[in-house]
Amino acid sequence: MDSSFSSPRNDSFPAGLRVLVVDDDPTWLKILEKMLKKCSYEVTTCGLARDALNLLREKKDGYDIVVSDVNMPDMDGFKLLEHVGLEMDLPVIMMSVDGETSRVMKGVQHGACDYLLKPIRMKELRNIWQHVFRKKIHEIRDIESHESIEGIQLIRNGSDQYDEGYFFSAEDLASSRKRKDVDSKYDDKDFSDCSSTKKARVVWSVDLHQKFVKAVHQIGFDKVGPKKILDLMNVPWLTRENVASHLQKYRLYLSRLQKENDIKSSFGGTKHSDYSSKDLQGILSVQNSINIQQNDVAHGSYRFSGNNLVAQNADPKSNEGDIKGIVSEPVAEPKKGTTGNIPDSQKTRSSQMDFNSSYAETKKGLVGNVPDSQKIRSSQMRVNHSFASVESEVNLTAFDSTIPATYSWNQIQLEKEHKPLIQLNNGFSKPLLPGPQHHFQADQLQSIPSISSRPSIPGGDVTGSSKSKPSYSEYTNHHGSRVSPTISPTISATDSFPGQTKSCVVDHQVSETISTSTSNMKNQGINLSTDLESAHRNLILGSTSPFASLDDEFQICWYQGDCYGMNLELQNVEFSEYTDPTHVTEVPAHLYDALRFEYPCDPSEYSVLDQGLFIA
Amino acid sequence: MDKNQRQVRLMRQSLFDQGFLDEQFIQLEELQDDANPNFVEEIATSYYQDSSRSLQTIELALEKTPHDFNKLDGYMHQFKGSSSSIGAKKVKAECQQFREYCKAGNGEGCMRTFQALKREHATLKKRLEAYFQMARQAGPIETACRPK
Repeated sequence: MDSSFSSPRNDSFPAGLRVLVVDDDPTWLKILEKMLKKCSYEVTTCGLARDALNLLREKKDGYDIVVSDVNMPDMDGFKLLEHVGLEMDLPVIMMSVDGETSRVMKGVQHGACDYLLKPIRMKELRNIWQHVFRKKIHEIRDIESHESIEGIQLIRNGSDQYDEGYFFSAEDLASSRKRKDVDSKYDDKDFSDCSSTKKARVVWSVDLHQKFVKAVHQIGFDKVGPKKILDLMNVPWLTRENVASHLQKYRLYLSRLQKENDIKSSFGGTKHSDYSSKDLQGILSVQNSINIQQNDVAHGSYRFSGNNLVAQNADPKSNEGDIKGIVSEPVAEPKKGTTGNIPDSQKTRSSQMDFNSSYAETKKGLVGNVPDSQKIRSSQMRVNHSFASVESEVNLTAFDSTIPATYSWNQIQLEKEHKPLIQLNNGFSKPLLPGPQHHFQADQLQSIPSISSRPSIPGGDVTGSSKSKPSYSEYTNHHGSRVSPTISPTISATDSFPGQTKSCVVDHQVSETISTSTSNMKNQGINLSTDLESAHRNLILGSTSPFASLDDEFQICWYQGDCYGMNLELQNVEFSEYTDPTHVTEVPAHLYDALRFEYPCDPSEYSVLDQGLFIA
Repeated sequence: MDKNQRQVRLMRQSLFDQGFLDEQFIQLEELQDDANPNFVEEIATSYYQDSSRSLQTIELALEKTPHDFNKLDGYMHQFKGSSSSIGAKKVKAECQQFREYCKAGNGEGCMRTFQALKREHATLKKRLEAYFQMARQAGPIETACRPK
């Protein structure tokens, strides 16, 4: 690792890793202590959750990672998880004898980096350092991205492998397998490689990713290959290897979307999962606090940062219903514990969790509890991006739900005066765009009409999609590859918009409530809008000020690291949302720019992908 | 290898063969080292202290009717986790069975299973005590041979 990874234990990392173990079972506590000591870690044990929190609070920087049992007498393990994620932003690994998918999922949702099943093996514990490592990398990346703009080459630690591992872990988390994959993947890895390698990591900026996607489309997805893409992209410093790994991620993302798509189609529409509004509500409270994260570290595992996706805080019943639909969505896969292990999930989930990078300026904001179905969502949520100026909590859930959104949003009011979908800044409760109503109706997501160039409506699900098309095309014309150009004209198109608030408030009904209810949460609820682009913009807008300078702001946002970080993070995340590959064509490249988060309903499949795949 | 050592080996092997212990026990053996030369025995002792208390709690809860299955399930979940620490295979199986009955709301089944669980718990305890005693007599021998 680079010198930026300046832990005093750097040379011998992961030896000396400071682990706090929390378990009410004294026998297990002894065993874990012994196991961790054998891994050359520095162990502190604790029999009660409260004691653990006290210890952590006393020595803020005293621990690197927390391993905790799920069932504890004085406090629910998930609660502890949330607290740790919020207050200390440490990776947390959950343990339990119960490997039931729903539990694991919950763990991931609450931000666990990983979810281990008891009885725990030595080798599983040996690998927990990856969560810490991953987090550090992300933090470094965030910081560095603040300093430079596009094209920065961050340190690349031999961690392409980690990335993959990350990926795996998130997925694994979903499943209830014991992270066999991750274990086997990392068992033989010589971690010293990572720590000593100083390869720079390629940062897949929006532009770069856009070029990539454009190239892929040009070549034709079936015939695509890294060399061809590289040639078309015409980026001198990019290597074939970079493209290859990015392509792999992209493919994974697409396949995930496909899966989601299938699920979606069979999805009844009201799905509802365990997560109902109450979960969200619970989360909301947590959210305000920021960052949830956790590690994903886990590899992907879910460090899952506490991301509680606060999809909607809103409590209005209607919203809840909607939210449910969105949230519950097809969750086909139980995500396993994030890398950390959350039972499986390792990769995606954890990665998602890991995303919790806290950006320099603001701390995480986004956290959403995403029902498994949308991996991306969760990951996004996790990303807690703190936008430079604003702590906007973007409810990624909204984004994700291309599918669910369709269902639920239909119900939601589209009739309403198309309130802006995403509410980025606090206090922006009023719906902004009076104008393009039609646009909203068609689009589920309704991001500010001007902004979302894409019809957010998912392919088949949305009604009135046809309506959106015209507006879409209209917008598309305006949209170039840069966000700014597209935004400006559109903005003017929507009247009142610029005047209203700085941020675009995309808001489904929920948002209103949300905005009022949570000042920080800006983006809550509305995120459902599938139009990530708009959401994205909103985010950015939220954080910055008036539209006029949108371009700049976008840029700034992008590179400030908050956004950037997010994107990166998102990329790792599974892209669950894009449902229709066919829609991709509709979405011009520019969308990619704007949409980092997005999870557009349909058209954005690719755009989402792009966004998600930022990390090389 | 002297007689005692052979005896210890056999005792150990039969614990695995007869399904009393699983892989976790071997993990514990692997953790045993010079710093903790009696690690496995310490863990087993700790487990038995803890689990006896848990069993009493569950027993009391079972006497209260109507049965609070949620609570019982919770207790058993914890007990199962605890039993997994030493690899008490048969005990764990009974725990699982108990939980199934809880989910089904079958009080009779719970009570029966609980009796079986107590028996397994006690049997294992005796076997382990004998094993550890013999092991101490025989002196250090190689352990941690994975059962087939």
